[in-house]
Amino acid sequence: MPWSREQMAARAAREIHDGYYVNLGIGIPTLVANYVPPDVHVVLHSENGMLGVGPFPYEDEVDPDLINAGKQTVTELPTSSYFSSADSFGMIRGGHIDLAILGAMEVAENGDLANWMIPGQRVKGIGGAMDLVAGVKRVVVIMDQCARNGEPKLLRRCSLPLTGQGVVNRVITNMGVFDVTPRGFELIELAPGVNVTDVEKNTAATVITAAAIFRGPA
Amino acid sequence: MNNSRRKVYADARTALEGLLFDGMTIMSGGFGACGIADLCIGEIRRRQVRDLTVISNNCGGEYADRPGEGFGLWVLLKDRLVRRAISSYIGTNRTFEQQHLNRDIELELVPQGTLAERIRAGGAGIAGFYTRTGVGTVVAEGKEHKEFNGKTCVLETGLVADLSIVKAWKADPEGNLVYRKTARNFNPMMATAGRVTVAEVEQIVEPGELDPDGIHTPGIFVQRLFQGAAVKIVEHRTTRPRGKA
Repeated sequence: MPWSREQMAARAAREIHDGYYVNLGIGIPTLVANYVPPDVHVVLHSENGMLGVGPFPYEDEVDPDLINAGKQTVTELPTSSYFSSADSFGMIRGGHIDLAILGAMEVAENGDLANWMIPGQRVKGIGGAMDLVAGVKRVVVIMDQCARNGEPKLLRRCSLPLTGQGVVNRVITNMGVFDVTPRGFELIELAPGVNVTDVEKNTAATVITAAAIFRGPA
Repeated sequence: MNNSRRKVYADARTALEGLLFDGMTIMSGGFGACGIADLCIGEIRRRQVRDLTVISNNCGGEYADRPGEGFGLWVLLKDRLVRRAISSYIGTNRTFEQQHLNRDIELELVPQGTLAERIRAGGAGIAGFYTRTGVGTVVAEGKEHKEFNGKTCVLETGLVADLSIVKAWKADPEGNLVYRKTARNFNPMMATAGRVTVAEVEQIVEPGELDPDGIHTPGIFVQRLFQGAAVKIVEHRTTRPRGKA
């Protein structure tokens, strides 16, 4: 059984180490916060100008002046801080954020990432994605192995307009975990019940298998 | 007359008097619906100033549950007052989309951090800067590239405006501003980059009530201010139930 969205988020939470400053993208990446173990101290960064993003508010705590980058209402923690967008992106561009976890439309084996537009479709914008992938120390992508139409999303080269060149370090899909290496996507973990052939069939790029593939918990 | 309240105006109408003209460039603070100078935007609409260039992270939005109604710069789009927008994210904004498809409006999409820095640079007298953001993407096309320490960077230029409209929480009559929580966002840089900056504030307090160590925008950047509060908008009300950790 490939991993569910929740299981992918739980796997991604293991990328977060004690003391990290982390930026989580919109969608599945937002769920990752729910799976960080209590003994791991992590500070969540929201690019609209906040460090120490707390959980969603109770109904009577909703504050229109307190939102995350997805424009969702959130809460503050005792050690939260607020700052301007310029300072916020200074943290990103200056390499002060340890990890960004974000979604993607396509990832290429050279680490190129496409996640902001599909030609011919409505353009919503870039937001902070280009700054994040160019500036954050480590970029982990969470996405399905294939698009809704069944086409692989791990490719030799991206076909969509890029968000960044050579920026992705690791990809977590519903089928497994891949590292971007000079030799191609290195498969380092498999979801339970998924085998290497399944992965190869659903990847349009070079897949090399790690000497020891970790088989994730069911 | 004591001149210490020379920057304080009664309302958006008087604060913007004499500052608006067709073809002007306006910077508008806010992130989504958070921290927008809604009363200023309403006055710009009332005055029907045309052919505007707006610089803003977003371009307002349409209410999901009330089609044909929107907030922020959307009201200027609706009246076709905007000719050009410089923004990082338009999102789901059918009015913008339609005008863009019809080529009635020009859009310059800028990465959010590059936008913030271009405004900061403009306000600080920095003509341009090199950044890695956007290298190898469409936003770097046609721009000068240069290598620093083995990394290719792209040249981005500073931005200034004829007018900046910003939203703050508290101000004193000198125009010293304090923002509240994530409503700060683009407001501080925009305050520095407007030839004239008008601040819409929730509360104007007496001199001495703001801690000089806690000022976010020093009054030198603010030429006019008024007290007023539009109804604050929540775009995505996300909550958790009581009793759950």
